[in-house]
Amino acid sequence: MSASPPAPDTNPDTNPDTNPGTNPGTDPETAAGPAVPSSPWQLVRRELRRRASVTVSLVIIGLFLVMAAAAPLLSALGGRSPDAFDKSAVDPYLGGMPIGPLGGISAAHWLGVEPVTGRDLFARVVHGAQVSLLIALSATAIVVVAGTLTGIAAGYFGGRTDAVLSRLMDLTMSFPSLIFMIAMMSVAKDVNRILLMTAVIGLFGWPGIARVVRGQTLSLKHREYVDAARVGGSGPWRILTRDILPGVAGPVIAYTTLIIPGMIATEAALSYLGVGVRPPTSSWGQMIAASVAFYDTDPMYFVIPSACLFLTVLAFTLLGDALRDILDPRGGRA
Amino acid sequence: MILYTLRRLAAVIGVLIAVAAVTFLIFYVLPSDPAAAACGKSCSAERLAAIRAHMGLDQPLWRQFWDFLSGIFTGRTLGSGHYALRCHVPCLGYSYENSEAVWDLLMNRLPVSASLALGAAVLWLALGLSAGVVAALRKDTLTDRVLMVGAVGAASLPVYFTSMMLIYGLIRVAGLLPYPAYVPFGDDPARWASNLLLPWLALALLYAAMYARQSRSSMIEAMAEPYIRTARAKGLPRRTVVVKHGLRTGMTPILTLFGMDLGGLLAGAVITESIFGLPGIGQLFYGALSSGDQPVILGVTLLAATFIVVANLAVDLLYAVVDPRVRL
Repeated sequence: MSASPPAPDTNPDTNPDTNPGTNPGTDPETAAGPAVPSSPWQLVRRELRRRASVTVSLVIIGLFLVMAAAAPLLSALGGRSPDAFDKSAVDPYLGGMPIGPLGGISAAHWLGVEPVTGRDLFARVVHGAQVSLLIALSATAIVVVAGTLTGIAAGYFGGRTDAVLSRLMDLTMSFPSLIFMIAMMSVAKDVNRILLMTAVIGLFGWPGIARVVRGQTLSLKHREYVDAARVGGSGPWRILTRDILPGVAGPVIAYTTLIIPGMIATEAALSYLGVGVRPPTSSWGQMIAASVAFYDTDPMYFVIPSACLFLTVLAFTLLGDALRDILDPRGGRA
Repeated sequence: MILYTLRRLAAVIGVLIAVAAVTFLIFYVLPSDPAAAACGKSCSAERLAAIRAHMGLDQPLWRQFWDFLSGIFTGRTLGSGHYALRCHVPCLGYSYENSEAVWDLLMNRLPVSASLALGAAVLWLALGLSAGVVAALRKDTLTDRVLMVGAVGAASLPVYFTSMMLIYGLIRVAGLLPYPAYVPFGDDPARWASNLLLPWLALALLYAAMYARQSRSSMIEAMAEPYIRTARAKGLPRRTVVVKHGLRTGMTPILTLFGMDLGGLLAGAVITESIFGLPGIGQLFYGALSSGDQPVILGVTLLAATFIVVANLAVDLLYAVVDPRVRL
């Protein structure tokens, strides 16, 4: 990078066109900022803070992330391990129904217990959060990195590279992804389920983001500032990293937040169908699947993991909506 | 237009062959040995070899794949001599589990999955589009806000949650509907519909929410176009402007979405079918997985991929009809 001659126009910090989130001319919302010029990310942050939905969703997301990260600590605090049976919390004469109201919510079991086994629901939900979010977020990371790289490569290099990569995107999108994921998860026997699930979910997600990035790259690569950089002697690597990448960052961030809910839901669906993580490891989808049999005798057992899943998906969707409105007001919708 | 269609058709076939090849590789190379499973515990080496030969498993992999592919177009004979089994066009092989032709299995189940998908699609289009258009026309009012909050909420509910709530509310508590049991349309259309109503609702709620969000934003964009102002300025009634001018452009992004969703659903909604116990392709697939019935797995995957690529092709061709700006 240091080999290229200094070209003042390529500095992304001084060039308004490279600023993520400010698509010149199409973005009245962020352009109409205060009189004091501030960095684009400050504008984004100010815009985000103005929305109540963002605050709420950030709080929910934060809460669940902390819960997931501190799962062993939290369940220790609750005094129960996620796999420990507690026969004293269930009534053997009622088919193993939890003792006490609301599915056995008590001081000993903060969110009640599982029917029959008496395992602590709080500990299981917290550990389930860890598994669900770990898989969803790692799969998202795979998708975003793979999608951005292929998208930029296809858009910037064009020609045969573009043709090959675009065909590959079409092909991947033609796979019946859920059916394929279920099939792959069920044939693989002795592997790390979490790792496999992450890979399988990540495998089918990348074309969506690659298309968005490709489109954005195509529209950026012949802007004046990129041409100027090229004339100034910047190599492709420098142009890609200094000029194109910051330009696609806005839509990528918005899109990333919007695909996370889908990833969480996919993980839950696979676990729900019994091809995801195996017991005794818990995940929300798997807990919901187990609770379906008790939905009218012990509704709380069903409601608790469902509510966690619902809240997380909702929070990420709201945050993603807000980010898209701000960072990518027109793109990524067609 | 004709040239474009032909070129796209060629691409469709290419994609399907690629999907078949990948599926074939994954499910046939993996270590489970169907011949050993069919042969049972006290199995002699000769008998195992005979079963292998009958199933075609003794051939090299590329040969097996080629036989499979050509079987789809020309039919094939499985095994030889006394055990020869004629598998007619389109031959997708025989189920390891119950020796039925995979094609027949699929076609027996297809009406169920198609009923589910098509009925749900009608519902979600009606719900989603009307909510989206109303919200777009009343942008930033209370109606808009309520509709969109509802849509985000409904989109965040997993389909198994909605299904259980519907079952609980409408069947257990209110007793309004029977527990779904599939009745073929030809037998009794009224019972067909009343039995499928709940699964339709469960699926449609999820999709309607996404369609409401999408159609709202594309409607807002369409209504901001200059030709809408022109149409209004020349004195057309608002209704005509919205329906004839706005909706037509606003709906094109929806069409893409619809093609993908419907294509994906036609070959079976695994979760919905399993919750409501509908004997569709999704259930067939799920059963085939647990018994390692590779021909069925391959057949379902291929059928699903076919629906997806054909739906996408149909959408691309429809574009030219719906949107006068698109030239193929």
